[in-house]
Amino acid sequence: MGFAITLVALLVALALAWRFLGSYLVAVYDGRVRWLSFLEKPLYRVLGVDPTVEQTWPRYTAALLVFSAVAILITYGLLRLQGHLPLNPQHLPGVSPALAWNTSVSFVTNTNWQNYAGETTMSYLSQMSALTVQMFVSASVGLAIAVALIRGFSRRESSTIGNFWVDLTRGVIYVLMPIAAVFTVLFVAQGAIQTLAGPAHIHDALNGARQVIPRGPVASQEVIKQLGTNGGGFFNANGAHPFENPTGLTNILSVLLLLAIPVALTYVFGRMVGSVRQGLAVLSAMALLFGAWLAFTTTAEMGRNPAVAAAGLPHQPSGNMEGKETRFGAASSALYNIASTQTSTGSVDSANDSYTPIGGMGLLTGMMLGEVSPGGVGSGLYTILLFAIIAVFIGGLMVGRTPEYLGKKIQSREVKLAALGVLVMPIVVVVMTGIAVAVPAGRSAIENHGPHGFTEILYAFTSQANNNGSAFAGLSANTPFYNIAGGIAMLLGRFAVMIPVLALAGTLAAKGIVPASAGTFRTDTPLFIGLLVGVILIVGGLTFFPAVALGPIAEQLAHGRFYP
Amino acid sequence: MLLHIRRSILASLAFLVLCGLAYPLVETGIAQAAFPYQANGSLRPNGSTLIGQRFSGPDWFHGRPGAYNPMASGPTNLGPRSAVLERHVAARIAQWRRLGVRPTSGLVTSSGSGLDPDISPRSAYAQVGMVARARKIPPVALRRLVASEVHGRQLGFLGSPYVNVLQLNEAVARLVSSHAYSRS
Repeated sequence: MGFAITLVALLVALALAWRFLGSYLVAVYDGRVRWLSFLEKPLYRVLGVDPTVEQTWPRYTAALLVFSAVAILITYGLLRLQGHLPLNPQHLPGVSPALAWNTSVSFVTNTNWQNYAGETTMSYLSQMSALTVQMFVSASVGLAIAVALIRGFSRRESSTIGNFWVDLTRGVIYVLMPIAAVFTVLFVAQGAIQTLAGPAHIHDALNGARQVIPRGPVASQEVIKQLGTNGGGFFNANGAHPFENPTGLTNILSVLLLLAIPVALTYVFGRMVGSVRQGLAVLSAMALLFGAWLAFTTTAEMGRNPAVAAAGLPHQPSGNMEGKETRFGAASSALYNIASTQTSTGSVDSANDSYTPIGGMGLLTGMMLGEVSPGGVGSGLYTILLFAIIAVFIGGLMVGRTPEYLGKKIQSREVKLAALGVLVMPIVVVVMTGIAVAVPAGRSAIENHGPHGFTEILYAFTSQANNNGSAFAGLSANTPFYNIAGGIAMLLGRFAVMIPVLALAGTLAAKGIVPASAGTFRTDTPLFIGLLVGVILIVGGLTFFPAVALGPIAEQLAHGRFYP
Repeated sequence: MLLHIRRSILASLAFLVLCGLAYPLVETGIAQAAFPYQANGSLRPNGSTLIGQRFSGPDWFHGRPGAYNPMASGPTNLGPRSAVLERHVAARIAQWRRLGVRPTSGLVTSSGSGLDPDISPRSAYAQVGMVARARKIPPVALRRLVASEVHGRQLGFLGSPYVNVLQLNEAVARLVSSHAYSRS
């Protein structure tokens, strides 16, 4: 009952975010929001950017790529040098080269895959100035690319798609910073910590226990971690740690922060192309997938854990509690982790690895659909629009007309770019998982044997290629092999998708808009929503069914078998 | 190209100052001024109410199984068909039986953080008999104590009801030292 009310409250809050955050975002990217111009204007002056001058898609892409490369280098440098830098009360040494590479790529690509435990690896300065910064910037980059693609649809015969520097700056200053600033205070009021003091030393007079409790500027990172669909926790336990996520309220606010921008972007899309119904159609497809996966995984987690049952406790009325926190309970934990895997965030408030086979399959397959329900900040919208182009193309083939989407003729070049963008992730996942299970360096890292071990590797590459960052964490991935291979997967999953998306934005913007006629295939109807969902399911299903069969499905069917 | 590089470096530095120093430091200032107790870790003389501790023996209510080392937070990551998990849980069930407790699933499974400060009300009631016998307190008095320590769902619907183990044990210590139960 409590969980049902939680879902209703979340829906109401998301509806408000869709409408009001959505129209605010439209105003931000139209340049009509100016209340922080005292920060924005000097920034343009320093960069030497004229905010009224726009870029063609190749220039926009070049700026994106150079900026991301520089961001990786700076982050890498800060992590390597942290031993010589201030705000390091635990005197932690510099991060090793392979780990610093993996981590800097991970945060710049909005993945936040973490092959380290924050409390024993990262200084406060690294957490704030290396990692938190990229959480803002990478999210703003995602937003910028989505807005650039929308401009491609909404403009006619235009050679430009916006200015990268302006879009990047506005996303950080007007969208991410103000929301994060407010929610940080809320999180602290609930018990999340925010301090520069070093670890606390505890001596309990009752039981004689002694503890050293690591601390740090946690809440400010926690909030942007969720809002920017980043996912990188301050502590190893991520959102399960009571200092990151102290109460039932912060847990549901975390879920709200995850979903707010990706959901609101469908409103932005609808408004900018001149029909809110078009945005609603895309949102409906996202919501159908999200709802199905949520129901699936929540039901599984409210059931029992087979190993606990076999050990002599078949009666588990609280659900599968291995790896879950008491204050959240099984259902709200499943909600958090589903929201996080389906927004390419990857934060966890419970251990993915200890989910039931079917629950874990929900987390894994949710990512395999390409992170479109509703997907990461920006990336969710631009990826589902790639699927929409393919859906329109298939619809066009059925009726034998040149397909159109939002008045833009979808021709060979557009379909090729969309297919390229959609296929990058599955290719990276399948090839890299194949390599990892074939070489000893890949196999030696698994901690659970049998089908679960295979799932751990498959999950790792699915997560990284989707820029998700969540982990089936029973994989000792802080090895040169996984650090380097994972870094490559994250880079391809991010930029090998963004480049075709920007190319698409460029070619679409250059086209005129054809008026809708009686023969136009409508894209704001239930028929189209069904077609879009179908295309997403078929692409994901055909690619990944064999792999999923070897992992979670085999595990679920292995009745009564347990693995060392 | 050179222009892109120059702008990238300048933009990165600007965001480093804005998002990496100004934002977290200002938030730290606000948090320390407005909520100093929470911002520093909800610390009391006996520990943090948010970071669980290991209680053992029949004199105290126990939390979830685990080492409770705050320097190594995180779950066990044992899968649902792990023979290791099955063995661990079986050993914990046997241990609880020796203490005269019928364990709940929360009392034999590890948490997500490894630092879970709470147990479910059912897990607390399950241990009443054990503590009552060890401390020679009437079970009724202890049951009343547990009931007074139950935190309901937040705002009436969020999360799950729980009992904070440190607070409950502090209440037990107070009850013992005041001998309030002998009059009941």
